[in-house]
Amino acid sequence: MSVLKNFTNGLIKENPTFVLVLGTCPTLAVTTAAMNGIGMGAATTFVLVCSNVMIAALKNVIPDKVRIAAFIVIIATFVTIVDLVMKAYTPDLYKTLGIFIPLIVVNCIILGRAEAFAQKNNVIPALLDGLGMGLGFTLAITLMGSIREILGNGSVFDIRLISQEAKTILIFILPPGAFITYGYLIAIMNNIKRKYSI
Amino acid sequence: MSKKLESTLKNMILCLLLISVAMAGALGFVYGMTKEPIEKANKAKEIQAVKDVLPEFDNDPTIDAKEMEGLRFYFATKAGQPVGCAVKTFTEKGFSGHFEMMVGFKPDGSVNKIVVLEHKETPGLGSKMKEPKFAGQFNGLNIGTLKDKLLKVKKDGGTVDAITAATISSRAYCDGVQKAYNLYMNKMHTAAEQVADTTKGVTK
Amino acid sequence: MELIKIVILALIVNNVVLAQFLGICPFLGVSNKVGTSIGMGAAVIFVMALANLVTYLIQNFILVPLHIEFMQTITFIFIIAFLVQVVEIILKKSAPSLYQALGIYLPLITTNCAVLGIAILAVQKDYNLLSSVIYAASIAAGFTLALILMAGIREQLELNGYPKGMKGFPLSLITAGLLSLAFMGFAGLVK
Repeated sequence: MSVLKNFTNGLIKENPTFVLVLGTCPTLAVTTAAMNGIGMGAATTFVLVCSNVMIAALKNVIPDKVRIAAFIVIIATFVTIVDLVMKAYTPDLYKTLGIFIPLIVVNCIILGRAEAFAQKNNVIPALLDGLGMGLGFTLAITLMGSIREILGNGSVFDIRLISQEAKTILIFILPPGAFITYGYLIAIMNNIKRKYSI
Repeated sequence: MSKKLESTLKNMILCLLLISVAMAGALGFVYGMTKEPIEKANKAKEIQAVKDVLPEFDNDPTIDAKEMEGLRFYFATKAGQPVGCAVKTFTEKGFSGHFEMMVGFKPDGSVNKIVVLEHKETPGLGSKMKEPKFAGQFNGLNIGTLKDKLLKVKKDGGTVDAITAATISSRAYCDGVQKAYNLYMNKMHTAAEQVADTTKGVTK
Repeated sequence: MELIKIVILALIVNNVVLAQFLGICPFLGVSNKVGTSIGMGAAVIFVMALANLVTYLIQNFILVPLHIEFMQTITFIFIIAFLVQVVEIILKKSAPSLYQALGIYLPLITTNCAVLGIAILAVQKDYNLLSSVIYAASIAAGFTLALILMAGIREQLELNGYPKGMKGFPLSLITAGLLSLAFMGFAGLVK
């Protein structure tokens, strides 16, 4: 049961996007469409799971004073792997996500989980924690991407909901829309949490 | 469970060194594996863009592509006959600066089709230059038949219907096409025939 | 002329925080007081210009000749972390008063994704050494500008009433959204 808790923790209670408010840059930048949310989420989850597992496995051989440096090398390696693989097999998505793929390195979620969880736990819990956090992040940014795509472009996952000619609320796929959507989503989350005292 | 390694200088250097070497090795391996697919994906994209703006062709236009003043020229032939030239052109005059497009010219110099490749123009305004309503008016247009051989929006005394509320993007679009046309007609026309000749030689 | 264009574009039109979404974490974290914003901004300008100088040299004299451009991310993040440490040590020894002012912000900069992001962008944009450093400095100045504006607004907001659920991040984010909307008005400023 407690093992499972490692997994569900990241989904709602400590959702990295809405509760911990980590990794804000990609959250704001790539959520112009729902599909981007999935792509970015998958890439981040992969890096998160791999680095969590690796760090948990190596925790005893990494001296304390150089741990951050070691973590960064490990994370940067997995990010580069994702970067190369996406460039090769999903070139269109790679182009949309652009600079934010290499920037997964400085996504605070990953270093944060390495420091707060992986280096103190065993491989299996670290794996589940990575999966849960990654999935929580993916769900959150996909939700945000869907909202922005529906309001700003009249479609979701590229499926048109209203006619091409109809006017949409453009501001939602422009930069200001990112801040405003994110702000309201956190506010809603805060209210839900207060009401049900999760 | 073994005890955590102590932070002695030797341990620290050794550990970082080992991790770095192992990681560099892993990266080199993945790089080697993905190198070919990446090149393939890039090339497929290039060819697709050429296909989008030209009639059917059967050579590989990326091989003989030529570059001049930052523009890239792809010459397409079918059975040794030139069918047109796709020009990857750009403009700096967009509302958000630089954007790139691919312009397809038929051998007689008229525009076959234009697609915008990369742009940062305002969604919903400048981005409408991708829609057929605007882009369609260039199909079949020969800039050589226009006054002074200049492509201009109606506001500037030309023939092009600008996008509502996005005159700057429309002007920039014309600028990019004009650049491609000028270089194609003045410098590249002969090159197109040369490429056609060499491919003819190959097919024979 | 080209340089002036880079400066205006980086400073206002493509403001790093409000239009490119880099460096959001420190932007939301340190923008409660105008005083701290200025300190943070100064530290970022310094480190970013330096980081771009060094990454430019590394990219062009080590990565490209050796054909290991794919090691870019890993090398750059290491250089930035290293630089921040070195700057901290040097400042501590040689300019204690400056260190007093900037010291606490320096460690935070390693995780500022704008530093790494701009270093990579400058390489992608094919800038030469001078342009790259000027670009970084103006981007960082744009970051500082956004930070100070935001801090000014937030200091005022503290005095007003707002719904409980809006406290903290939501209010900051929506303020940032409105600021970003205002900055969109600068689009098309430079032709």
